[in-house]
Amino acid sequence: MTTISMTVNGRQVSGEAEGNTLLVDFLRKELSLTGTHVGCDTSQCGACVVHVNGESVKSCTQFASALDGASVTTIEGMANDDGTLGVIQQAFQDEHGLQCGFCTPGMVMSIADLLKTNAQPTEGEIREWLKGNICRCTGYHNIVKAAQSAAATLSGAREAAE
Amino acid sequence: MYNFEFTRPTDLSVAVEALKAEGAQALGGGQTLIPVLKQRLAMPTTLVDLSAIDSMKGIRRMGDTLVIGGGTTHGAVAGSAEVANAIKGLVELTAKVGDPQVRNRGTIGGSLANNDPAACYPAAALALGATIVTNAREIAADDFFQGLYATCLEEGEIITEVRFPIPAASTYQKFEQPASRFSLTSVFLAKMQDGSIRVGVTGAGADGVFRHEGLEQALSSDFSAGAVDGVTVSAEGMSNDLHATPEYRANLVKVMTKRAVAALS
Ligand SMILES: Cc1cc2nc3c(=O)[nH]c(=O)nc-3n(C[C@H](O)[C@H](O)[C@H](O)COP(=O)(O)OP(=O)(O)OC[C@H]3O[C@@H](n4cnc5c(N)ncnc54)[C@H](O)[C@@H]3O)c2cc1C
Ligand code: FES
Ligand code: FES
Repeated sequence: MTTISMTVNGRQVSGEAEGNTLLVDFLRKELSLTGTHVGCDTSQCGACVVHVNGESVKSCTQFASALDGASVTTIEGMANDDGTLGVIQQAFQDEHGLQCGFCTPGMVMSIADLLKTNAQPTEGEIREWLKGNICRCTGYHNIVKAAQSAAATLSGAREAAE
Repeated sequence: MYNFEFTRPTDLSVAVEALKAEGAQALGGGQTLIPVLKQRLAMPTTLVDLSAIDSMKGIRRMGDTLVIGGGTTHGAVAGSAEVANAIKGLVELTAKVGDPQVRNRGTIGGSLANNDPAACYPAAALALGATIVTNAREIAADDFFQGLYATCLEEGEIITEVRFPIPAASTYQKFEQPASRFSLTSVFLAKMQDGSIRVGVTGAGADGVFRHEGLEQALSSDFSAGAVDGVTVSAEGMSNDLHATPEYRANLVKVMTKRAVAALS
């Protein structure tokens, strides 16, 4: 066991990890942040996507021990400070981008990463980007719409600010 | 997953030393090794994480050669203007590996060391005639790959960088297996500076990645889709699984090569 310290959703935290402790288990069990889901545990479904130092990664395919000192953002960090839904989360609700909701945390984190580098992605670019995020319920159509709607809202907000 | 010691050296020499211990294994991006560990198909006693070694990361051009550090991620290569200017085929290749999250972690060193028969990078290394540089020596790509998941790397040897001769033109044409996102059959085609053509094929061979000499010769004398039609690609030696028969893969080799020729014409 070693003690791992990270900044998670802007908060300084630390916890115990074995050599083989996965980031997703560290988040869920050690930090009780259960919004990050494990869908497959074989690196395929993307339900576990979080951001590490600003990049989206699969937290089931990443050791906590490698991340001492890292900055991590999970789905719990996506809401506004007052607890209301963040822009991408709200877009999922408005566009009916979820049914059971199991894949949604990973979808939101993945889309957030896309919109950082591509503010106005095309439908094709969104679908290509979401290759590593599997949804068993929705058929993806409304997820893509949610991503487009979030992109429009965020761009509108940026323009208004300028 | 069995437990192990986890070390994260920042210095290559420390990693080389750590890997001399019995049961020690290198960890690159973990996008292959972590799933393997979960299945208990490997049980190292110590994992030596290479991801904090800065000297193994980065992309630079040295004259007619593009040098990519062994710990450089697929995402970094896909997003590099330097690579796009020098070897466009490498951008096409890395931009299609798996998904964005795999690309943010998976590395060139891990991909070549693993030599998965459906992996993308081995086709580029062979087609471009890359040199694989380790902490101990320099290895020509033609000598490096030795069958399914096998390479000439010694125990504990670390790929520190890969040197690619810059070709006149190159392209990677991937036919994806949609469930795994790996290659069902893909072709990396390089037009070298001396005018010769090299064709690397991945996903198809029962012995892993290979160059197709018949296609290389035909295209070197006549760079056209018609020249590909005249070449016989045998199903013998192609792999067979529930996704595709050897005959289907042999046909795909020609289809993907023609797409590559079209892309460069
Ligand atoms: C969902 C999914 C889809 C994928 N799709 C594709 C695809 O389309 N095409 C493709 O090519 N790949 C694909 N991959 C594999 C991916 O590219 C891996 O990143 C790569 O094969 C292994 O690289 P890594 O850095 O993650 O290595 P690791 O998993 O860390 O290591 C793999 C092996 O290489 C050794 N190793 C690692 N680094 C070095 C080094 N520098 N020197 C010597 N040995 C080293 C390790 O000891 C281990 O044996 C996919 C993976 C996943 C999970
Ligand atoms: S749980 Fe990590 S990819 Fe499915
Ligand atoms: S909403 Fe159920 S898996 Fe996506």
